[in-house]
Amino acid sequence: MIKVENLHKHFGGFHAVDGASLEIAPGSITGLIGPNGAGKTTLFNVIAGVLSPTSGRVTMDGEDITGLPPHELFHKGLLRTFQIAHEFSSMTCRENLMMVPANQAGETLWNTWFGRKRIADEERALRAKADEVLEFLTISHLADHKAGQVSGGQKKLLELGRTMMVDAKIVFLDEVGAGVNRTLLNTIGDAILRLNKERGYTFVVIEHDMDFIGRLCDPVICMAEGKVLAQGTLDQIKANEQVIEAYLGTGLKNKEAVGA
Amino acid sequence: MDFLNAIVALSNFVLVPAIAYGSQLALGALGVTLIYGILRFSNFAHGDTMAFGAMATVGMTWWLQSMGVNLGPLPTALLALPFGIMAAGFLVLMTDRMVYRFYRQQKSKPVILVIVSMGVMFITNGIVRFIIGPQERQFADGERFLISARDFKQMTGLDEGLAIKTTQAITVITAIIIVALLFWFLNKTRTGKSMRAYSDNEDLALLSGINPERVVMVTWLIVAALATIAGTLYGLDKTFKPFTYFQLLLPIFASAIVGGLGSPVGAIAGGFVVAFSEVTITYAWKKVLGYAMPDSLAPDGLVQLLSTDYKFAVSFVILVIVLLFKPTGLFNGKAY
Repeated sequence: MIKVENLHKHFGGFHAVDGASLEIAPGSITGLIGPNGAGKTTLFNVIAGVLSPTSGRVTMDGEDITGLPPHELFHKGLLRTFQIAHEFSSMTCRENLMMVPANQAGETLWNTWFGRKRIADEERALRAKADEVLEFLTISHLADHKAGQVSGGQKKLLELGRTMMVDAKIVFLDEVGAGVNRTLLNTIGDAILRLNKERGYTFVVIEHDMDFIGRLCDPVICMAEGKVLAQGTLDQIKANEQVIEAYLGTGLKNKEAVGA
Repeated sequence: MDFLNAIVALSNFVLVPAIAYGSQLALGALGVTLIYGILRFSNFAHGDTMAFGAMATVGMTWWLQSMGVNLGPLPTALLALPFGIMAAGFLVLMTDRMVYRFYRQQKSKPVILVIVSMGVMFITNGIVRFIIGPQERQFADGERFLISARDFKQMTGLDEGLAIKTTQAITVITAIIIVALLFWFLNKTRTGKSMRAYSDNEDLALLSGINPERVVMVTWLIVAALATIAGTLYGLDKTFKPFTYFQLLLPIFASAIVGGLGSPVGAIAGGFVVAFSEVTITYAWKKVLGYAMPDSLAPDGLVQLLSTDYKFAVSFVILVIVLLFKPTGLFNGKAY
């Protein structure tokens, strides 16, 4: 579905993504793990069009999407969430969700004046949909709260809710569990599984919580220093020597060699 | 009686002019604050956008006048206003396409866009003076006073007169209508909400199916309308002279910053704060105090805190004071 070929992203002399290649199968929930600074988020940002790559290619269903701006990717059904939850802080949670779908009737100047009924109908439908999503995420009670004032975990749920307002094909979740308590994390996990099964969303998940990864993801891809180290089930990854080295470092061995 | 006279004198020389001036500043500051909120830079060309829009309105007014079209007691300029707005809209969309869009695509830092806007400012300034010339232009017509000082004295029997110019009344009424329309637009329509969303969190807005180019275009058009209306009202109230709009830039920016850059409510509040301070500080209070105080205490001097030559300094002082105590402005803008 998504194919990344030999992708490079350099910031000056720093190679954040250094020749990563990977493939995401349709209908899968792929986990992306790796130590801090491995280039996972940068890879996300390049795929999602926030950053343009130094070199390399990204294709979606065979179509070249390298360097397309985020809103065009959105129209192609590629969505992402942020490591630190983003929200329109001055709008309510419901309004946040209602903002998501593109090309709404109320966007044209003409309709603003002469298409009041069409806008009203559409708004009603959107409102119902937003309420449904909030219900699904178990945060109905927050519908009229300003999104800037709900907790960090609830913002994460809201981010997930955003992807449910449209028919997404593939969703990139950046550390969806960071700073979220167990119960809420389970809710998020349930939602991801249900979306995957019922609506056929493909997910790519960056996460440090191995239990969460183990429960949801197959396959798992491990990155380190801007490169893809290994791909496989979580157990395979855990057993991979290179991966262990990337996480724990080679210091131990070196120390033994020196004899200190 | 003296007390009433004091109030009338105060209204005549301070309140009415300050409200009219405040409305003009508020409309100008709204344009600056919208650009700051959505395009994320301080648009120094705004004063000259006002000049350009007002110039187009003046030209159209002259043509209408020569055709014998007028609005009776109201200034013909009101009829020419839509034309001025269209001209200014065309100008800003062209500059956006030819200049700002390039820098936006480069994801340039705001400070670069500020300098770019200064370039645009000088060019627009040149265009305006090239077309209409640098001198003062009269274009106000219709009834000059809503209430003249003489009528007021006859009506009330007071010693002091209260004069309200038609242009002042029109300024305030237009400002109220425009502000109401703007807030309705920003809060109720989908496009307005997109603009707020874009201003709130650009990264997220881009991931929400909001077309940034459309938001930018609508923003420019609204800004052009605000600038033209503010410029024309100011020109009607005083006279039209291209260079005064360049000078207006300072109080306009002071208003927007005092209220909190990026906050529309703040821009309006800021406009009135700056206007009232400017007028009260440069007004000679002798007359009002003469009425309000017992004769023995009546002041001999003019009781003018600052000469009107220093009125622009007032904007600066308020700016510094507000930024010292509340760096985000009175209404928590985005400028930290």
